[in-house]
Amino acid sequence: MQIEQTSPLARSTRRHFFSQCGLGLGSLALGSLLKQDGQADQETSLPPHYPAKAKNVIYMFMAGGPSQLELFDYKPELVRLNGQAIPDSYLEGRRFAFMDSSFKERSKLLGTRREFKQYGQSGMWISELLPHTAKIVDEITMVKSCATNLFNHAPAKLFMNTGSGQFGRPSIGSWVTYGIGSECDNLPGFVVLQSGPRGPRGGAVNWGSGFLPTTFQGVPLRGQGEPILNLTNPETISNQAQRDLIDTVNQLNLNRLVETNDPEISTRIAAYEMAYRMQSSAPELIDLKGESDATLNLYGVEKDKPSYARNCLLARRLVERGVRFVQLYHTSWDSHGGPGETLQGDFEKVCHQVDQASAALIIDLKERGLLDDTLVVWGGEFGRTPMGENRKTTGRNHHIDAFSMWFAGGGTKKGYQLGDTDELGFSPTHHRAHVHDIHATMLHQLGLDHEALTFRFQGRDFRLTDVHGNVLHDMLI
Amino acid sequence: MNWRRFLPLNAQSTALLLVLWLIGQASSQASDYETEVKPLFKTHCYRCHAGEQPKSGFRLDTAAAAIAGGDRGSLITPGDSSQSPLIQILQGKHASIDQMPYRDSPLSSEQIQIIADWIDAGAQHPIDEQADLHIHWAFVPPTRPVPPEIEPRFRANNPIDHFVIQRLSDAKLIPSPKAKPEVLLRRLYLDIIGIPPTPSEIDAYLADYSINATEEVIDRLLNSPQFGERWGRHWLDIARYADSNGYSIDSPRSIWRYRDYVINSINGNLPFDQFVTDQLAGDLIPNHTQDQLIATGFHRNTQINQEGGIDKEQFRIESVVDRVATTGTAFLGLTIACAQCHDHKFDPLKQSEYYKFFAFFNNQDEPNLETPRPTELSAREKHRVALKNLELAIKESESNIQQRIFDWEKYLTETDLQELPVSYRSILTKPRELRSDQESQELLKHFKEENERHQALKKQQRDLARKRPRVTTTMILRERAKKRPTHIHIKGDFTRKGDEVSAGTPSVLNRFEGDANANRLDLAKWLVSPENPLLARVTVNRIWQQYFGRGIVETENDFGTQGIPPSHPELLDWLATEFIDTDWNVKAIHKKILMSATYQQSSRIGTREAKIDPANQYFGRQSRIRLESEIVRDVALSNAGILTTRIGGPSAHPPQPSGVMKLGQVQRSWKPDTGENRYRRGIYTFFWRATPHPALTVFDSPDAFSTCSRRIRSNTPLQALTLLNDPAYFEIAQLLTDRIAQLEASGDRDRVRQAFRICLGRFPSRFETRQILSALEQAAPAQDGEATLDRKWLFLARLLLNLDETITRE
Repeated sequence: MQIEQTSPLARSTRRHFFSQCGLGLGSLALGSLLKQDGQADQETSLPPHYPAKAKNVIYMFMAGGPSQLELFDYKPELVRLNGQAIPDSYLEGRRFAFMDSSFKERSKLLGTRREFKQYGQSGMWISELLPHTAKIVDEITMVKSCATNLFNHAPAKLFMNTGSGQFGRPSIGSWVTYGIGSECDNLPGFVVLQSGPRGPRGGAVNWGSGFLPTTFQGVPLRGQGEPILNLTNPETISNQAQRDLIDTVNQLNLNRLVETNDPEISTRIAAYEMAYRMQSSAPELIDLKGESDATLNLYGVEKDKPSYARNCLLARRLVERGVRFVQLYHTSWDSHGGPGETLQGDFEKVCHQVDQASAALIIDLKERGLLDDTLVVWGGEFGRTPMGENRKTTGRNHHIDAFSMWFAGGGTKKGYQLGDTDELGFSPTHHRAHVHDIHATMLHQLGLDHEALTFRFQGRDFRLTDVHGNVLHDMLI
Repeated sequence: MNWRRFLPLNAQSTALLLVLWLIGQASSQASDYETEVKPLFKTHCYRCHAGEQPKSGFRLDTAAAAIAGGDRGSLITPGDSSQSPLIQILQGKHASIDQMPYRDSPLSSEQIQIIADWIDAGAQHPIDEQADLHIHWAFVPPTRPVPPEIEPRFRANNPIDHFVIQRLSDAKLIPSPKAKPEVLLRRLYLDIIGIPPTPSEIDAYLADYSINATEEVIDRLLNSPQFGERWGRHWLDIARYADSNGYSIDSPRSIWRYRDYVINSINGNLPFDQFVTDQLAGDLIPNHTQDQLIATGFHRNTQINQEGGIDKEQFRIESVVDRVATTGTAFLGLTIACAQCHDHKFDPLKQSEYYKFFAFFNNQDEPNLETPRPTELSAREKHRVALKNLELAIKESESNIQQRIFDWEKYLTETDLQELPVSYRSILTKPRELRSDQESQELLKHFKEENERHQALKKQQRDLARKRPRVTTTMILRERAKKRPTHIHIKGDFTRKGDEVSAGTPSVLNRFEGDANANRLDLAKWLVSPENPLLARVTVNRIWQQYFGRGIVETENDFGTQGIPPSHPELLDWLATEFIDTDWNVKAIHKKILMSATYQQSSRIGTREAKIDPANQYFGRQSRIRLESEIVRDVALSNAGILTTRIGGPSAHPPQPSGVMKLGQVQRSWKPDTGENRYRRGIYTFFWRATPHPALTVFDSPDAFSTCSRRIRSNTPLQALTLLNDPAYFEIAQLLTDRIAQLEASGDRDRVRQAFRICLGRFPSRFETRQILSALEQAAPAQDGEATLDRKWLFLARLLLNLDETITRE
């Protein structure tokens, strides 16, 4: 499925009008329309590379880098060696964040102070901080051997989202909606929800479309107040008047598109079409009245109060409606140990903010028969070091060589652990799962071959996984 | 083809492969110089041991030089690493030479082994190896390039075009034709002042056939007061300007004087070096003006955390950290912040240098400066007089009462005394001068009426004193008399102090002249020195970026080694030197760019160009650029003919949807302004960091948490919802409706054409007119009579405000 970049006009009219942006045409109609202009080849009418296991993705992005050592990766040996210097054998040839010449003398191993227990049939180790996650261990694949390249927040987030630490590359949500479109014709195919005290570092570039057409960028709902504003027509404007207006706006915009060849205009046209549809679909989406008390309690949603829990429930409602890629950001997991960043109270607080709703989402999706089709991902941009930071309170630094993420649904194994780390948690012992491998696996479950999903830009075929990536078959059913 | 002809060749290549294989075998233990050894030298040694003046006369930037040795003699004995002092030095085992890299993390044993293996295998290296030009381009001051010759068939207005056309020719591309006059005029207006031309301005331009017509427009617009608002906003992005303190409490703050300083300085064409110096160090300039004090507000645009129980020092440090990062981005285009916790991974910035830079910003107090407006001054004066009068009245009443007591005491008989309460008696028997204040007051009570009057006066005074009229203040920086020492923060942790450092600048850049007591003024002088390789380049690049949608250096915030190199290095240096040579004349550099044929090209994308240069790297065309959030608003207001053009003053509150301020941590109110304040330019919209105006955010206004040198341009359905349904935009549409209805027109067709031209700066094509007329007919059928006129023109108004072209500069 190599996608040649054809003339912007041809590409945009076909793509934006008929496929991704939801003019409501089924793929059959779309196929025939595309064939009419002799360009039916690649874009959407071809079958996916593989039979897809998952249709949707919900990606719970834990911004700031949660400490795997306090949550999932139980290391009794590290507890035993608490306060001791790091054995030399662990340090050589390695780079850590915040490394300086005094690194060796000052950093001591830090054993977790959290209780761990085994849960479920799988006997997965989970810490006391995630009592709700502990109940869904038999639904998830825990990957303990994740690895990334970059150890500062903004570039690392970008890397986790786009496979590159530099600006200008498309995010995974954009690649996916570009690759297989969206099944929803009245909501954007890629929606971003945010919670926590501030947005993720880097902001919109994390869900940007890079060199892909801007139709594929994530659409961020508001993290404060109402999730979407301006959903109702101004008073005195009837639905028909609004419809007529948008039709005329789009007609005139189309003239300008022909005149200028600027693909942004086709995105604008699609955006107006989508805006119209969202006016009828979105109020119903964000209105949680229809949700039972049982469901609200399952997630821990307080009505009309923005929270991670509300976003998890919204995520379910979004995939229910066919939205392809939903990404939730929650800040902040950055636990250096300074005020507001301790591994004690502050960490407990953020665990508490996400634990119940994350688990609730899995339970709820399963009950509704959506989990098989929905690939759920939980993880941050990196993990934390086995060493503590010498501050007044406890904290850990950024660690890129080994951290944990979990996956559920969408054809991933249940109650399974992929990879492991050495006894101090420094490095993966086997099944290293690099960001590129994780990306390849996510695409694979959606029926996309990460080596074939390319976009030609400035004379080069770009991929989400650059020249890397192996599908992690062991974690797949 | 005869296969025999290939046989000898095949045999040859087999032999060659065999030889290569043998070489490979022979050196299987050796390390490869180019791929293994040289990168180690480069990363760990070049900083001191490369180039023309290496430390100890020892350079490692070619293998030959490394083997030759330096002041300490030969350090490498090819073929025998055990006889090579270099290895012992790296291991820290040399008797007289310190372990290298000097005072830095030592190489790992594997890394040292790689070098040892290379030496043992004979220290093989390419014979013709040249030293890397290891000084990154951006760290060398720009020199003035000579514009290249170009073919005469191309239109070139000034040297800019020569550089651009040459690159286009190399890529087998040609520049685009000049934009249509209406398009060019609207572009100039939107780019320079952010307000579209009026129909009469368009008429005048189209009717002006003189050769200077465009130049005159450019000059007029650059001298318009709206230029400062338009370009001031770009600078405010960099300054991370906002009207509230941020963090969770997000109280309002008063710093709009700084915003106005920026606007006024740009309008006054303050030389850029002065603009920089004022903002970094206005308070340190001898005989500084009030404006120069206000200018230091640049670095007060940091957030302030007002939560209870926080560590104040932590957040003071946070703001210093932010000031360092912002200074690095704004003036140097460098990611200095990366060296906060460790040496910069990619650029030659040491952590110690970070803290030397930090030291400049570690020694300030953060006061508010009173900057009363005239009305506030007279209110203060009135208050002062009233207070003074009260004081006099009190004094008088006091002496009256004293007199009464005196008189009373004088004639008090023993019998009278006996009748008084005991408390009075004991006081009265004391001599006056021995009575305490309290006792004297006590006596007053005897004169109830007088006393009450007196106390009332005093209360009045207290109340009035509390009601001293407030005056406008603005946040500034002030140098502390007693210096705070600056230490390296180990791993960026301020509680872990390393060595003390004095203020200084990164050594890879131009020489810093300041001494151990250097302050921000020395920093500013260093920045604006013509020797500084970055300030001019970074600044002209950002101006270019605004005019073309992308910079000559695309990574406008990273001129370091990880940034993308300039697409037109000579053009960049030509502009930078031009900027310096004209004594940092900002308007002159704007004019140079605006006058170029490159700027004035059409933005139409040809099929071939779309293929060869989709991102417009060669600038073979202009770019259609969606307007910034504030300008989207300004254009709508101008179209409706209601834009308030007053410059400066406190921030304004245009309407916004309900449900925006809901559920910030502290509930803030938003009371929409009435009157002309309701229709002020977007730059004046009050910006709450925690709950910014949604119409700004949805069109990608930066969050003002940290410096922003390039806005992203998203294109989402949420923007459509805003222009269609937002109460503020609908109100503007209604006002435009009135304007349309009141146009003097000969009929619907004429009215449509005029309204279209008001909003888009051009007449609609016949086809467009037909489309609009038939849509209007459908929206408000003629048989519905006069009553539908409103509906009709409202439809037209909303249509015109929602077009892509309306919110785009082409």
